Amino acid sequence: MNRLAFYIVTTLVIFFSLLPFLWFVDTSLKTEIEVTAIPPVLLPSGTLHFYRSSIENYNLLHYVKNSIIVAGSVTVITISISIFTGYAVARLRLKYKGLIMGALLMVSMFPQISIAGPVWRILQSLGWLNSYQGLILPYVTLTLPLGVWIMASFFKELPSELEDSAKIDGCSHTQTLFKIMVPLAAPGVFTAAILVFIYAWNEFFFALLIMTQQEFQTLPVGIALFQGQYTLPWGEIAAASTVATIPLVLLVLLFQRRIVRGLSAGAIKG
Amino acid sequence: MSLPLIKRERIFAAVLIIPCILFITVFAFYPIGYSFYLSLHRIILSLPEIGQPFVGLENYRALLHDKVAMHSLINTFLFVFISTFFELLFGLVIALVINRQFKGRGFVRAAVLIPWAIPTVVSSQMWRFIFNDKYGLFNFILFGTDVSSYKAWLAEPVFAFLAIIITDVWKTSCFAALLILAGLQTIPDELYEAARIDGASAWQQFRKITLPLLKPALLVALLFRTMDAFRVFDLVFVMTQGGPADSTNVLQFYGYKKIFTEGLMGYGSTISVLVFLISFAVAMLYIRFIGTKLFKETA
Repeated sequence: MNRLAFYIVTTLVIFFSLLPFLWFVDTSLKTEIEVTAIPPVLLPSGTLHFYRSSIENYNLLHYVKNSIIVAGSVTVITISISIFTGYAVARLRLKYKGLIMGALLMVSMFPQISIAGPVWRILQSLGWLNSYQGLILPYVTLTLPLGVWIMASFFKELPSELEDSAKIDGCSHTQTLFKIMVPLAAPGVFTAAILVFIYAWNEFFFALLIMTQQEFQTLPVGIALFQGQYTLPWGEIAAASTVATIPLVLLVLLFQRRIVRGLSAGAIKG
Repeated sequence: MSLPLIKRERIFAAVLIIPCILFITVFAFYPIGYSFYLSLHRIILSLPEIGQPFVGLENYRALLHDKVAMHSLINTFLFVFISTFFELLFGLVIALVINRQFKGRGFVRAAVLIPWAIPTVVSSQMWRFIFNDKYGLFNFILFGTDVSSYKAWLAEPVFAFLAIIITDVWKTSCFAALLILAGLQTIPDELYEAARIDGASAWQQFRKITLPLLKPALLVALLFRTMDAFRVFDLVFVMTQGGPADSTNVLQFYGYKKIFTEGLMGYGSTISVLVFLISFAVAMLYIRFIGTKLFKETA
């Protein structure tokens, strides 16, 4: 009985989790006629027509490039800062730790609209609307809570003996951090990097405000704004969506254990 | 160099946190204050010649009489309550079921994570296509080849709202499940064994052991989901643009339209402030419930 329920629920969960996305992948492999068939055709003829079209007519590769630049830079910057902050909070004597973590928690919960207008104005006055740094800076801010939280929880689990012996051997604080602690916390760095990358790759709200010129837009903005002449170009939207999602699916398949660990780091250790 | 070690450590730590403090000050806390400042002024982006006259609380007075804003407020609350409720419910069921050792567990976990990893814009487009009036899978599943019964689901106010909730629940229930699962795994098996020996039924075990011990995990999942649901924007922007007839308009989308489409930087900022205050109050409420554990954990 229990076993049966287990198999039924598991199958249903997997089915519903994957179906909508598989349907979109399926759509992206259809021909123009198959996409607009009424009722829908279930099996595609497997052409790459829409991929070619979204590259040629909708600048897909351009969006991909922008997304890689933005998400890549955000990951590097956020992780570097998170290593510093996480280490200081987890292992060093520092006043107001609770306040710092509280402030970060608060930032992670801000609805974006509550800072959107001012962020836009700050970037405008710097002339950074429609520039990579204009999007990277707010993203770093918004991903710092996640990064710091994960790094702090990983640093905290390391044994203090290594640190102590490094100090006794005459390592400076900086050397201890970079030569001993960071290599030991590498799994944490990696976990945080995956999550930050996914966030930056997927973010839409700020990208929409800040990147108003197509030249700088990221994948989510591109996909949200695809417009055909008369109707929505569903085939191209599906193809671009598949392209935007495949890297994430790979990350999830390869690193699901880490991702789950990172998501629950700090949150669930009651 | 002659500083005592402890003092040097404190200085080093303070230097390490500077970049982080700078970022969250400049791009998060300062903008919050700035939003409040803007909301007290009349600023219209398309009319730079009027300057920025100070108008006191006039924008807030206008907000109270703004029917669409109040409607969006109600929609936002409805969305938060309904979607969070179902996400936690499904999350709990899924977590309870997959909380055991079995072959292919990694695969199940990965499958469950995929909706969470998909960009919201993509999942919105996906579901928008599924609910499409002509080519949509939903109509096909319901009506088969009976094309004359096909409906334009996203053009019906109530259903459009439901569609947004369905998409959100689809995308994040599994995330809630994983958070809850992590909590389940901290409950020691001995407790259940002892309960079984004492003759407790499965339901009693669930009520008396699982639920109480799961409370922290559930509350954290609830907190995360609630705060995230307050930010709903991508779904609305892609699937309905707030329509039909404002039935899916939510605060974050309305604020976006006021500030960036209509250029009402002053008036729109009142919505920014309102959203901030509401979510701040809700977060505080939860954190009081959860206790200060979250802070102590890392402090």
